[in-house]
Amino acid sequence: MKTLLKGGRVIDPSQNLDGVYDVLIEADHIVSVDKDIPVSEEMTVHTLTSDQWVVPGLIDIHVHLRDPGFPHRETVESGTEAAIAGGFTAVCCMPNTQPVLDDTLTLEYLKAQKSRIAVYPIAAATKNIEGKEPTEMATLKKLGAVGFSDDGHAIMNAQIARIVMTYCAMLDMPFVCHAEDTNLSGRGCMHEGHYSALLGLPGVPWAAETVMIARDIELSRLTGCHVHFTHVSAKESIALIRRAKAEGLRITADVTPHHIALTDAELMEYDADLRMNPPLRTQADVHALVEALQDGTVDAIATDHAPYARGEKNQAFDCCPNGVIGLETSLGVVLTHLYHSGKLTAMQIVEKMSTGPAQCLHLPGGTLQAGAPADITVIDSHFQWQVDPAQFKSKARNCPFKGHTLQGKAVQVFSRGRELFVDEYVRQIPDLIG
Amino acid sequence: MSTIAKKTVWTRRHLVDAHSLTVEEIFEVMAEAKALAGIKVPLLAGKVIANLFYENSTRTRTSFELAAKYLSADVVNLDIATSSAQKGESLLDTAETLAAMGVNALVIRHSSSGVCQQLASHFKNRLSIINAGDGMHEHPSQALLDLYTMLEKLQTVAGKKIVIVGDILHSRVARSNLHILTKLGAEVHLVGPPTLCSNPEPLEEALEDADVVMCLRLQLERQTSGLIPSLAEYRELYGIDRQKLELAKPNVWVMHPGPMNRGVEITSDVADDSLIRQQVRNGVIVRMAILKLLLQETGG
Repeated sequence: MKTLLKGGRVIDPSQNLDGVYDVLIEADHIVSVDKDIPVSEEMTVHTLTSDQWVVPGLIDIHVHLRDPGFPHRETVESGTEAAIAGGFTAVCCMPNTQPVLDDTLTLEYLKAQKSRIAVYPIAAATKNIEGKEPTEMATLKKLGAVGFSDDGHAIMNAQIARIVMTYCAMLDMPFVCHAEDTNLSGRGCMHEGHYSALLGLPGVPWAAETVMIARDIELSRLTGCHVHFTHVSAKESIALIRRAKAEGLRITADVTPHHIALTDAELMEYDADLRMNPPLRTQADVHALVEALQDGTVDAIATDHAPYARGEKNQAFDCCPNGVIGLETSLGVVLTHLYHSGKLTAMQIVEKMSTGPAQCLHLPGGTLQAGAPADITVIDSHFQWQVDPAQFKSKARNCPFKGHTLQGKAVQVFSRGRELFVDEYVRQIPDLIG
Repeated sequence: MSTIAKKTVWTRRHLVDAHSLTVEEIFEVMAEAKALAGIKVPLLAGKVIANLFYENSTRTRTSFELAAKYLSADVVNLDIATSSAQKGESLLDTAETLAAMGVNALVIRHSSSGVCQQLASHFKNRLSIINAGDGMHEHPSQALLDLYTMLEKLQTVAGKKIVIVGDILHSRVARSNLHILTKLGAEVHLVGPPTLCSNPEPLEEALEDADVVMCLRLQLERQTSGLIPSLAEYRELYGIDRQKLELAKPNVWVMHPGPMNRGVEITSDVADDSLIRQQVRNGVIVRMAILKLLLQETGG
């Protein structure tokens, strides 16, 4: 069983490849990427246009699947179907489920759930994500955990954070850091600044994030632990990460699509679908995040996909929970705001959404090299579409980009050689080009 | 002043903030209020107005209730303590329930900033939302009655030095006043402890030649949460007394949105000579003007 993707624009940062090539897949792996691979009878051939990008499958390293515990928000099945529709071939899920992903039983449960793509658990760093006692990290690693985090809950006690990082260093596992000093953020529900003053909402100062990044950079220096800072949002945090990387510390970072596309100025109507943690910040912060993507300070883009049921968001702004969904808009937002605006090259886009995320958490994938698993996303970079959350595969509708017009979309997804998704639009391509 | 001859600029269905009011709209409220001062007239007969107060309020709720009754509207006061809100019904569901019963306007006070904007976005033209104070956001009718009171005394606020003293950060009254007064060209100075007011100027500088000093109520929980070290020190630094007022213009007017902590943000003697009673009196007529503009059928 062979599949040939013919004539697309192949972009693979892992081989520094960007040009029109054919990709030959056999069973679950890639056989070769080459010019004009001859077609044989045994092959299923997908003819692509040179406007269609053939890239290593996209990877989202920050997703809340809400499973176990909150099936009204999302399940492993609904969340991974949303991921596939968004062009992803692998996701990392966060441990703040009920019960928490902090023991063998819950990890076994997770593995048993139905999913057509890889789900890599990021296990809890402390028991019940309470920031008090470390989890059995070596055991959890054996069961497939790819990193440790108390995402959503900062480990406020620096001694506990040190212990967690010391174990991570021993196990050569990344500590995924949600950087927030919860005393400074307090009851804040948006960025502290001009707009929080105008709206009369309690603000979260940038320092709530940056002081924690400062602390954990130093704890990385102390312990040798690889710290991955997720959803970095403030320009002051970027400055610290840039300096730490220059010093050669084991630091990586990701940013979300919403933090590079939206600012706190959007909040004037108190739309709860724009509330998340960390909050939308200012234009100057957006500028700093984009610069950090350009110069490599930030390695990856991850969604922090955080589904909620409708009633949970239909409340006063200061009472509703933090979080927005992102799996089905991530690629479109990134292409619209970073590629079509000329801020990142196509190669950089693929690096931040596939190769980079794989490297941050040491995951398989992120490459089209011969022998690699055939996780492949086909992207139409020019396809224009309007975001309509009612069409989403996700169970949730708390999308900050509802109604936005985006340019660029995943149109075909292969996982381990199997075609999982193909956009209606792509089916028509062979007819269109004769 | 005739309200009949005046061409109306008023098209809005909701009053959720002072931030979005235009100068023309502000003056239209002032003109309507002046025309309605001291009279009762059945302009809103047949209209139903519900007061939905999720926070304690005597003055504002009574003021809105009387304003509605002086215009012959029917008024329902929802007793939140015994209503469905206590059973966990959301504000949106409560509002929809009242809308289904034919209520024309909801006057809302709530501890969460933005609920009036959220409801206005939800209901659009189906009914009117009137903000009677939402969290730390705005209290537009208070700012409009404060303006009316200042105009009575000063004729204009353009170029006047108006000092607002106290917990600016948490004050919806300060926000609404700041928007309206700056739109009309007043020189507004904000003063308070740096934990309760960003970039405050020294009180002495602000008070120099001031035309109006507006004291804000100090919520006593600001001390327990550590934002101010003690009430005594607050009084010493920011409490308005006769001695501090020496710096202002000799005929300076002192205002307070109430309820006062006599002896904390304002001394008792200053309070007794202030415009507080006039503010309360004007509150009813300004709210009559607001209700008339929002609810009276136009055209025909």
